[in-house]
Amino acid sequence: MKVSLSWLKEYIRVDLEPSVMAKKLTMAGLEVDAVEERYDFFNNIVVAKVNEVKKHPNADKLSVCTVDAGGDEQIQIVCGAPNVRAGMYVPCALPGAVLPGELKIKKGKLRGEVSAGMLCSASELKLNTDAAGIMDLEGDFVAGTPLDEALKVSDTVFEIDLTPNRPDCLSIIGVAREAGAFMEPKAKVRFPDFMLPEDKIGCESIHDYAKVQIIDPDLCPRYSAGLLFDVKIEPSPFWLQERLESIGLTPINNVVDITNFVMMEMGQPLHAFDFDEVAKGKIIIRRAGSDTNFTTLDSKEHKLESDMLMICDGERPVALAGVMGGENSEISDSTTRVLVESAYFNPVSIRKTAKKTGIASDASHRFERGVDPDGTVRALNRAVSLMAQICDATIAKDIIDEHPNKPVPLEIDLNTNALNTRLGTNLSTDAIGEILTSVEFKVEKTDDARLKVGIPFFRVDVTRPEDLSEEVARLWGYNNIQTSYPLVPAKGRLLDKKIVLREKIRQIMTGFSFSEVINYNFINENSCDRLNLLDNDKRRHVETILNPISDQMSVLRSSLIPGLLETMKRNISQQADTLKLFEIGKIFFATQKGLLPEEKEMIAGLITGNRSDSSWYSKKSKVDFFDLKGGVEGFFEALMIENTVFEKIEDEFCPYYKDGYAAYVKSGDTLMGTLGKIDEKVLKNYGLKQDAFIFDFNFNAIQGLLPKVVTAEPLPKFPSISRDITIIVDKTVTVGAILKQIELISKKEPLIQKVFLFDVFEGQPLSEDKKSLSFRVVYRSASKTLKEKNIKKLHVNISKIILDKFNADLPE
Amino acid sequence: MQKSIIDIEKEAFESIGQATDSDQLDQLSIKYLGRKGVLTKFLRNISSLPGDERPSAGKNANILKGKLEKEIKAAFFKLEGFDDKKFTGIDVTLPGRSILRGSLHPITQVAKEISDIFLRLGFDIAESPEVETDYYNFEALNIPKYHPARDMQDTFYVSENIVLRTHTSPSQPRVMEKTEPPVRIISPGKVFRCDSDITHTPMFYQIEGLMVDENISFGDLKGILTTFVHQFFDKDTSLRFRPSFFPFTEPSAEVDIRCVMCKGEGCRICSKTGWLEVLGSGMVHPAVFENVGYDTDKYTGFAFGIGIERMAMLKYGIDDIRKFYENDVRFLGQF
Repeated sequence: MKVSLSWLKEYIRVDLEPSVMAKKLTMAGLEVDAVEERYDFFNNIVVAKVNEVKKHPNADKLSVCTVDAGGDEQIQIVCGAPNVRAGMYVPCALPGAVLPGELKIKKGKLRGEVSAGMLCSASELKLNTDAAGIMDLEGDFVAGTPLDEALKVSDTVFEIDLTPNRPDCLSIIGVAREAGAFMEPKAKVRFPDFMLPEDKIGCESIHDYAKVQIIDPDLCPRYSAGLLFDVKIEPSPFWLQERLESIGLTPINNVVDITNFVMMEMGQPLHAFDFDEVAKGKIIIRRAGSDTNFTTLDSKEHKLESDMLMICDGERPVALAGVMGGENSEISDSTTRVLVESAYFNPVSIRKTAKKTGIASDASHRFERGVDPDGTVRALNRAVSLMAQICDATIAKDIIDEHPNKPVPLEIDLNTNALNTRLGTNLSTDAIGEILTSVEFKVEKTDDARLKVGIPFFRVDVTRPEDLSEEVARLWGYNNIQTSYPLVPAKGRLLDKKIVLREKIRQIMTGFSFSEVINYNFINENSCDRLNLLDNDKRRHVETILNPISDQMSVLRSSLIPGLLETMKRNISQQADTLKLFEIGKIFFATQKGLLPEEKEMIAGLITGNRSDSSWYSKKSKVDFFDLKGGVEGFFEALMIENTVFEKIEDEFCPYYKDGYAAYVKSGDTLMGTLGKIDEKVLKNYGLKQDAFIFDFNFNAIQGLLPKVVTAEPLPKFPSISRDITIIVDKTVTVGAILKQIELISKKEPLIQKVFLFDVFEGQPLSEDKKSLSFRVVYRSASKTLKEKNIKKLHVNISKIILDKFNADLPE
Repeated sequence: MQKSIIDIEKEAFESIGQATDSDQLDQLSIKYLGRKGVLTKFLRNISSLPGDERPSAGKNANILKGKLEKEIKAAFFKLEGFDDKKFTGIDVTLPGRSILRGSLHPITQVAKEISDIFLRLGFDIAESPEVETDYYNFEALNIPKYHPARDMQDTFYVSENIVLRTHTSPSQPRVMEKTEPPVRIISPGKVFRCDSDITHTPMFYQIEGLMVDENISFGDLKGILTTFVHQFFDKDTSLRFRPSFFPFTEPSAEVDIRCVMCKGEGCRICSKTGWLEVLGSGMVHPAVFENVGYDTDKYTGFAFGIGIERMAMLKYGIDDIRKFYENDVRFLGQF
């Protein structure tokens, strides 16, 4: 909300510099976002003396003036005002000035004559409404004096970012009240005159013309109304327009301006009806019920819902209560009788209506936060008396004040010891009382540590003692509260195992030169299609966001893979085409409607691009499946998860992997996840052209497999010996199967310490369907140094079993 | 009168002999051989010489040009040690076989740094779901339906009563429902709001903090958060507590620090205020305690919420929050 300092000064003594004032307001909880000079458009506008006026050679209505604007030389300005004459002092906008309405002043030519500025009218400078000619400053000035200095006009406008709990400060008087509390000495608000001007009070009674009926008092506890006759609709006087413009409102006509002025002054929204358009003089406040459509005064049609509160006349709705008036009863130039509404509406009801109709008006903004439930009549009287004066109207001798549900004044019993404990302060009960009194709480001391605090109606945010503690804290000053340190038992719990594991995974992955990414939880709604998921895939049970930012972010991810592929795409478009990425994050599956989705933590990674770049020691080569697999093996080894096995994926669970290029990763029977090469179709769906390899693991499964304890094994005392076996088998025989077979043997033969594959060969002289595999078996005994004779038989036996089992041959 | 070729030669060789680094040699090369160099000028002015001297002067100048080029190169080799015939072993300046480096996301790093500060202060970590019920995200935190405070957070809905959590604060009621005081937790995690521009991403990170016991005061809140700010930024960072409003705290306070960019002078980063808002905090609202069944006469507590991106942006001088989620490896690799 904007607050003009000069307007504020109407109600409160202000003896602080604007910057100090802004700081004090901020530190009292009314955050000042900006401090602006109202007349900063006076920059480059000076007082100039007109020395010579000649007729423009090419235009009848223009004059060519020579003026002294304080510079070394006189300047020539073309002027169209009829009242320009030599010898007068006038405001002169020089090149560089920007007048209201974004009018930029430049040196130029007008009909062939040079014009180096503009002589201004008062209305162009927002000084009054006079637009008939240039402003005659009527007096003695020094040419070149900045205009704001010469006229002594200045005003500061504070832009205050109010928190939603302080509707009482959505008015100049509300802010004045706050300001008064930090003036030295404290200042009290001077309220405007609410007395009706006697000579304008007519003898007619409103009750003879209008009738107000509240059908739904739960939504409208109070409705006050006043009536005016012989209203002259005109533009508002300058002072009133000025006030509204200073805080960013646009003047419309005197009646509407007065309702806005009083709302801004006192915080009570008002509405003025053209009483001649109010059928049968009736105002009925009720829920919309079966009414379906309504056109507001901005000519927009809105769909009504049955529980929206409407103001109706004898025949039809005339306003969306508290939100916006109707087109059918708005004030027009021909209006002569005006009914002014000043009401209190239920905040929740107004908020619902405003939300549903999408209208955010100054009125709804205040009503939904809560206006002073006791303030309707005061504001009505203020508005009516201003209208009597400004619109030359006659006032009905009385008003209507329907008040079926009266608010109950609230009193809070405040324990000042508890307050001091909460704040960490040591304020006396009297000091607390004084602080509260400064913002108009009614305070009565009941004993040494107790105050009975009467809450003014306008403070809708204060309902319990803790709210008063905030009042005391902010007015005493947060920064005057002593900093202290809590004394709490030195009792700690173990760090959640999840957090420990996450940290460990991050260490391992970065150690393997993977970089961590964090992708959005939202993905494109077509992601499941792009991954080629089957129709019955669980991952198609996505949770959909009802109000997404865009289609690209419209469902919660059910896999980390789309995010990784999109990140790959983004990086490649930036020419970073070698990537090793990983992400730890949650995926989501929809459950039942109205229930929370299932959240599952995953860890996934992606590699693409080069294994090594061209360099002096290596040739460029591309990563493949086994680069990723090596990383994955290392990962599980680092986590000390044993028995990790890779089983080729033969089913259709992961259709985003290329057929035959993907594996399940298991430990024992527990599935930990998958890895594989991304299928070309999927790459294409993501606009990718280079191979990508992905792993995708379930965090909880991994956590469940972590060793509970790690025990150190003694180091071997005796040397090992190694023997190799080279066999030729069908290409279809997997290395894994052979290794598994040897492992089986090793279970019975403790001398076998380790077996690994060290060579694979295909091609000539082998036939097409064969390959040669070389294994090395390492033998070691815990009790002696092994000799050839100790293992010869065992080694031959292993060879035999393998040759036999896998239809293998020895090389020739 | 021009210097003679002989003078030029003498002077140039002297200077080359005195040069102590390759920069000086470069300068000399420019001085004598450059486009506006001494020799170029000499050649350009050759027409002013008597006709019969011109051919020899031109020739001599060109010979000198060749000599100087050679001399400068030789001096460079000498300075760099390339002419040392005793070269043995390897060229240690040959680049090593590179080992790729992985990096942790800056958000992870800053989240950990913040968590570690609070862990040292005796806080535990408690996590809670990223998708929440309206109850835990709002109602339990004293934000009823249709309360204007809901405007403070633009919410993503997945159904009428299920939302993407708009803050990490739901961890407060979730923890308190299961734990008796004293409570001392932090809760880091992702949060979501429908907002997307240079200062907002629809997903971002917060760290929630909560401490509840008997006699916990606003002064204690100031103590803990001052310690945090001093440890995270700098022990000389000045900070201020400013009244604000959160429905689940009373009183509520924003914490501002002196702008790290302009040191309080006022700049673009701090919107000329000299202060930067870094976190929100306050004394837990009694309504929140009532919702979890805590005795409001006996217990008091404070809570706070820290925006991790904000801290990371200030720490690393990042000006666009969206960078965190573009995952450009050129960005990620910087941390």
